[in-house]
Amino acid sequence: MPEKIHLKIKRQDGPDKPGYWEEFVIPYRPRLNVIACLMDIQKNPVNAAGKKTTPVVWECNCLEEVCGACTMVINGKARQACTALIDKLEQPIILEPLSKFPVIRDLMVDRKAMFEHLKRVRAWIDIDGTYNIGPGPRISEKVREWAYELSRCMTCGCCMEACPQVNPRSGFIGPTAIAQVRRFNAHPTGAGEREARLEALMGPGGIAECGNAQNCEKACPKGLPLIKSLAELHQETTLHGVFGWLKR
Amino acid sequence: MAKPKIVVIGGGLAGLMATLKAAEEGAEVEVYSLVPPKRSHSATAQGGINGAIDTKGEGDSPQKHFEETIYGGDFLANQPPVKNFCEAAPGIIYMFDRMGVMFNRTPEGLIDLRRAGGTKYSRVAFAGGTTGQQMMYALDEQVRKLEAEGGVRVYFPWEFLSAVIDDGGICRGVVVQDLISMEIHAVRADAVIIATGGIGYLFGRSTNGIMNTGSAQSALYQQGACYANGEFIQIHPTAIPGEDKCRLMSETCRGEGGRIWVYKDGKPWYFLEEWYPKYGNLVPRDIATRAIFKVCVEMGLGIDGQNKVYLDLSHIDPKHLERRLSGILDIYEIFVGEDPRKVPMQIFPAVHFTMGGLWVDYNHMTNIPGLFAAGECEYQYHGANRLGGNGMPACTYAGGVAGQKAVEYARGRQEKSPPRPELLEAEKKRQEEMEARIRSMEGPENPYLLHQELGEWMNNNVTVVRYNDRLKETDNKILELMDRYRRIGIADKSGWSNQVVPFTRRLWHMLQLARVITIGALLRNESRGAHYKPEFPERDDVNWLKTTKAYFTPDGPRFEYEPVDTSLLEPRPRRYD
Repeated sequence: MPEKIHLKIKRQDGPDKPGYWEEFVIPYRPRLNVIACLMDIQKNPVNAAGKKTTPVVWECNCLEEVCGACTMVINGKARQACTALIDKLEQPIILEPLSKFPVIRDLMVDRKAMFEHLKRVRAWIDIDGTYNIGPGPRISEKVREWAYELSRCMTCGCCMEACPQVNPRSGFIGPTAIAQVRRFNAHPTGAGEREARLEALMGPGGIAECGNAQNCEKACPKGLPLIKSLAELHQETTLHGVFGWLKR
Repeated sequence: MAKPKIVVIGGGLAGLMATLKAAEEGAEVEVYSLVPPKRSHSATAQGGINGAIDTKGEGDSPQKHFEETIYGGDFLANQPPVKNFCEAAPGIIYMFDRMGVMFNRTPEGLIDLRRAGGTKYSRVAFAGGTTGQQMMYALDEQVRKLEAEGGVRVYFPWEFLSAVIDDGGICRGVVVQDLISMEIHAVRADAVIIATGGIGYLFGRSTNGIMNTGSAQSALYQQGACYANGEFIQIHPTAIPGEDKCRLMSETCRGEGGRIWVYKDGKPWYFLEEWYPKYGNLVPRDIATRAIFKVCVEMGLGIDGQNKVYLDLSHIDPKHLERRLSGILDIYEIFVGEDPRKVPMQIFPAVHFTMGGLWVDYNHMTNIPGLFAAGECEYQYHGANRLGGNGMPACTYAGGVAGQKAVEYARGRQEKSPPRPELLEAEKKRQEEMEARIRSMEGPENPYLLHQELGEWMNNNVTVVRYNDRLKETDNKILELMDRYRRIGIADKSGWSNQVVPFTRRLWHMLQLARVITIGALLRNESRGAHYKPEFPERDDVNWLKTTKAYFTPDGPRFEYEPVDTSLLEPRPRRYD
């Protein structure tokens, strides 16, 4: 059993500041996660060289892999820090911010773009209002089961990090916003906006940017069926592109 | 006429429901949230949402839901709003259904139901084991649509610092801080809705997230808002103890047939089933928690002599578990490394929910006109103990009422002129000075360590079993921590995305609120719902069928007591055996 936990953290004081590495050593306890280590640093902000420093800045909330906030690159892989258990990680543990988003400070990045992508693809059901007008449409349990899988996306950004096509040049909106189109089109009411969603995928940065690297599904902490969703939507957008005008 | 401007603080279920309702009523809405609404703590609610839609043909009804909620809350809740909430609950489920929440279905494609504690009816609609996440996302999507259309603006990560209150005691706006640039702003509002959720982080380790500090409620309490029933803290019977937090294992594990046991004389002993034959494993949370406490702490029968019992699902078909509990079981497997489909889980009670909160009237307005509150941050629906599955519908209902009533209030207000700019400026200045004071603190104490100490004391003394001498000692400890607070040293002086300064500010608010909870518990010499004192083991309706109302004074909280509205259901002894 190791006596110490050794962390190497990529830090940056602000968006326009240079990055630098800082190392920390923390007393070992069983069953810790990366969050607990960062909390230890808050309680004793001293680096491995014994020098006083500032506590590391990072985002987190639920600590049970539901909110998606604490996503960072841990030993080279994008994942949530709450479920990154120290006992299962090779040391030194290397923490870096997600690279596909602008750094705000240390491990905190700006993921607002992902929420904007959800606007673009109309990732919602158009309802008449919140007042009480009875139940929604019936849905078979079979459809529910796979649509539910897609609706578990936390917008954490792991798939964006893993996708080689997500970069400033392509403007690719990434796998998960596209998968949400499939989820909302599957809903009987949501299907009313099916064409608008497909068209939203057909412009610049849309589904044509997908290079079929298939990294996204492996990277997804919730195991969303992203590859199947992308394949299906490739086909649907193509058909819509060819025959869509006939329906007008 | 100009659109009324409503400011909503908090982007969870209650906050976003208030947003949608207020926007629907024609208001311009601004939402300020610590996190993107999608990451709000509502997303971690697991089991499901209660509503008497009776798709199982069991004869359930809103009236039964109402009676069980009042009984489950040990008659401490004012009854009329609870009745309204239970009558609205089926409509709330249907609203989420229309928003596209992927609720589990019956073979006919209707909404499936399961059971929770404190009822004999299947009343919980659910979406796998991540119902809160699904419902949170549905509201988030609807608000995003409004945002895209321009009716609503959402700001994150921004924190509420205080209310702007005019000379007439009326709330005219808020002071909020952008937690990235650290800029502090005063924002005018015709009405403000507080929807800032729970306070679990005040207890250190709980099932809550790290932002559930209750600091907004506490800041308002210090500005004159009344805080009600603070001493009623729900301890959830089944959580995985952890170093950084305790992770919830939903009550619906038991709703799906999960059994709680320990070894006694070498054989599994299903103590809840033996002690409470009528409800078995589905007794309400306060009852189950005390039973587990008794077995572990008093009888010493916990697993390996430790404070743990088994929660067993291993006898249930794994496919059934997958369809109905998957998200939850994954959490256990990830953090403990064992498959709960095969081996019994090891769990122990943990702080989970506050029944108490900001006092509100039946329109969800606090005692400060123009300031509304909805959701876990207020006290309205759960009495002395919340039933499983009632959290989400109650906060959604509350958000809807608050949204509507806030707009009504804003439209009906006599004073139509906007607040004087000096008023907003003065409150902003007060907050900027407070921030500067914190930032300049130099001393040997660390705010995170003080918080840890506070959490340990609160967890050890102000949770399942409460003794007056230990409550008194805890209050003394809090006073000591408040004294040591003044000797904190701030390790990060940066003016950009500084997390230490806001945490230190929240810590002060947590300390203030901890006193309300602790002294409230000390004064209430009876046992009711989640509040249990061995020295006073019985419920005492003659003296204590009353709402606790705490008001801030510089010398500590001042308490008043208000009779409970029991006009619909005669109080009777609460028993589940």
